[in-house]
Amino acid sequence: MKSLRLIASRLVWAIFTILFVMTLNFVIFRVLPGDPARGGLRDPRLTREAIEAIRVRFGLEKPVINCVQSLNPWEPGPCAVNPFDTQFFIYLRNLAQGELGISYHTNRPVAEMMSQMIWNTILLIGLGQILAIILGMGLGILAAWKARTRLDFGALLFSLLAWSLPTFWLGIILLFWGSNQLGLPIGGRLTPGVDFPNTAAMLKDLGRHLVLPTLTYTIVFLGEYMLIMRSTLIDVLSEDFILTAKAKGLHTFQILKDHALRNAMLPMVTLIAINLGFTVAGAIQIESVFSWPGLGGAVFDAVGQRDYPMLQGAFLLLAVTVILANLAADLVYSWLDPRVRTD
Amino acid sequence: MTDQPLLLSGAAFWKSFRRNRIALAGLIMLALALFAAVFAPVIAPYDPAASVEITIDSIYARPSAAHLLGTDDAGKDVLSNFIYGSRVSLTVGIFASFISIVIGGTLGIVAGYLGGRTERVIMRFTDIMLVIPDLPLTVVIVAITKPRLLNIILVIGLIGWTTTARLVRAQTLSIKERKFVLRARSIGAGHFHILRRHIFPLVLPLLVVNSVLIISLAILNESTLSFLGLSDPTVVSWGQMLNYAFERGAMSSRAWWVLVTPGFGIVWLVLGFTLLGHGLEQVLNPRTEWHHLTDHPLMVSLPAFPETHP
Repeated sequence: MKSLRLIASRLVWAIFTILFVMTLNFVIFRVLPGDPARGGLRDPRLTREAIEAIRVRFGLEKPVINCVQSLNPWEPGPCAVNPFDTQFFIYLRNLAQGELGISYHTNRPVAEMMSQMIWNTILLIGLGQILAIILGMGLGILAAWKARTRLDFGALLFSLLAWSLPTFWLGIILLFWGSNQLGLPIGGRLTPGVDFPNTAAMLKDLGRHLVLPTLTYTIVFLGEYMLIMRSTLIDVLSEDFILTAKAKGLHTFQILKDHALRNAMLPMVTLIAINLGFTVAGAIQIESVFSWPGLGGAVFDAVGQRDYPMLQGAFLLLAVTVILANLAADLVYSWLDPRVRTD
Repeated sequence: MTDQPLLLSGAAFWKSFRRNRIALAGLIMLALALFAAVFAPVIAPYDPAASVEITIDSIYARPSAAHLLGTDDAGKDVLSNFIYGSRVSLTVGIFASFISIVIGGTLGIVAGYLGGRTERVIMRFTDIMLVIPDLPLTVVIVAITKPRLLNIILVIGLIGWTTTARLVRAQTLSIKERKFVLRARSIGAGHFHILRRHIFPLVLPLLVVNSVLIISLAILNESTLSFLGLSDPTVVSWGQMLNYAFERGAMSSRAWWVLVTPGFGIVWLVLGFTLLGHGLEQVLNPRTEWHHLTDHPLMVSLPAFPETHP
C-alpha cells in the first residue's frame, strides 16, 4: 500500500515536471526576445497582407494565454477569450498529438526525423554507459581496497583529469588519432554508398564507426563512477559491521563481495540517475564531433542551420527522456532500498 | 562549549592547505593562467584583433620561429589567440559561477533556515531544475537570445545554481539545530542576526569549495557552447577556436596544432580549479570533522593521502 502511494506520488511529480518543461519550451521560443516566428515577419519585403496571412497561418494572432496579448507579454490582452483558443493551448494540443512542427532545413516533420535518430542515440549512450559503469566500478573497488597507496592516488588523479577533459575535445583528439593512425572512419554511422552483402558485414562496418565515439564516452564517464565507487566503499568499509565480519575471520574478498559492495550499490544507482543530464550533454558533444546521426548531433546541426523547430523538438525529447529515466531510477532505488519505502 | 571547533583559524587553514599537494598544484596552475589572462597584450606575440595579410602558405602554417604554435584557418597566430582565449574562459567562469552561488546560496539558506512551506516550495523548484538537462537548456536559450558574452554569462549563471542550493540547505539544516544557535535564539536574537553571525560563517567554507567546482563547470559549459557555434564573435575563446578549426578543415589539413592547443587551455584551467576544489574540500570539509570523531580512531576512515594526515 505504502509503496503504491510512493509510486503514484513519483509519477504525478514526473508528469508535473514534464508539463513544466513544456511550458518552459513554449516561453523560450515564443516569448523571449529574438523569437524566430516573429523574426521572419520583420522582413521589410513582406506586404502587410502577407504578414497577416503568416500570422493567421501560425496562429500568432491569437493571445498567448488568457489576458496576455501575443506579441508583447507585458501588454495586457482580452481576458474573455476561450482558453482553448490560445497559442499555449494549441501548442499543448499539438504536442499531445505528437506534432512538433516542420524542420526549416529538411522540410520534413520534426517528430518523424527524431524517431529515426533516437535509436542511434540510445545505441551510443547505452554502449558507452555500460562500459563506463563496469570499468568505473571495477577501478573504484580496486582503489578503495588499496586505499592510500600509489595505485589509489593514480586512480584519483586519472579520474580528476578525465573529469576536466571537455568531451568534445577528447572526441576531436581521438578522431584525429584514430582516423590517421588506425584508419578508422571519420564519422557517421555506416560507410555511405556501400551495398552490404549481408548483415554481418553491415554490423562490422557499424562496429568500426562505433569504436571512437564509444571510447570517448567511456573515458569521460569512467572517472566519476570510479570516484564515487571509491568514496562510498571507503565509507562502508569503515563501518562497524565490516569489523565484525573481519573478526569472524571472513576472507577480504568475501567481505568486499557480500558485505561492502551490496551497501555501496545504492549511491551508484543515484549517481547513474543524476548523471543522465550529463549523459545527454555528452551525447550532444560526441555526436557532433563524430557526425553520428542521433538527437545530439541534431542539436548541433540545428544550431548551425538556425533550424528552430528541430532545436525545440530535440530539447523537448531530451528533457522528457531524462525526466522519465530519473523516474525509473527513483523507482529502482526504492525497490532496492526498503528503508525508502517505509520512510 | 562541548561543540567541536567548526571553523579553522586563518593560520591553521594555511598550515594544512600548504601541506596539501593537490590544492597547491591547483593554485599554481590557476595563478599562471590568471597571469596569462591579465598580461595577454604583453605576452602574446601578435594582436588577435589586428588584420593580417594572408597568402596560401599562411593558412594552417606549421609551427615555426615566427609562429611558435602555427597559424589557424585565417592565418592568425595560434599562440596569441590561445593566450587571449584565457580571458573569456576566466571571465565567464568567475561571473557565471558568482551568479549561481548567490542564487543557490540564498535559496539554500532560506529554505534550510525557515523550513515549512517556504522550504517545500524552494526545494520542489530546485528538484525540477535539477532534472532538466543543463546543456540542452543552455544551448536553446543562448541560440534564441543571440550569443553575446553577457548573455552567455547570465544563462550559465541562472541555470547552474541547483546543486549549490541543495548542499547549502543540508548544511543549514544541520547547523540550525546546534546548541549555539538554539542558545542565541533563546536569548532573543533575531533571524537576521542568527543568519549573519551564526549560520552564514559556517556555510561559507562549503560555499567556497562549491564555487570552485561551479567555476570549472561554467568554464566547461562555455567552451562547449562555443564549440557548438554559440560564441561571441567579437572575442577569441578556446571553444570558438576549436569550432572554427573543426568546421574549416583543420582535420583534413592535419593541423594538429590548432586542434590540440585550445583544448589544452581548457583542461589546464578546469583541472586547476578541480584540483584546488578537491584539495580545499580535504582541508576544510566540516563534515569529516563532525562525523567519525571521538571514541575509536581505528574506525575513522582515514583521509586519502598520508601527507594530509600527521
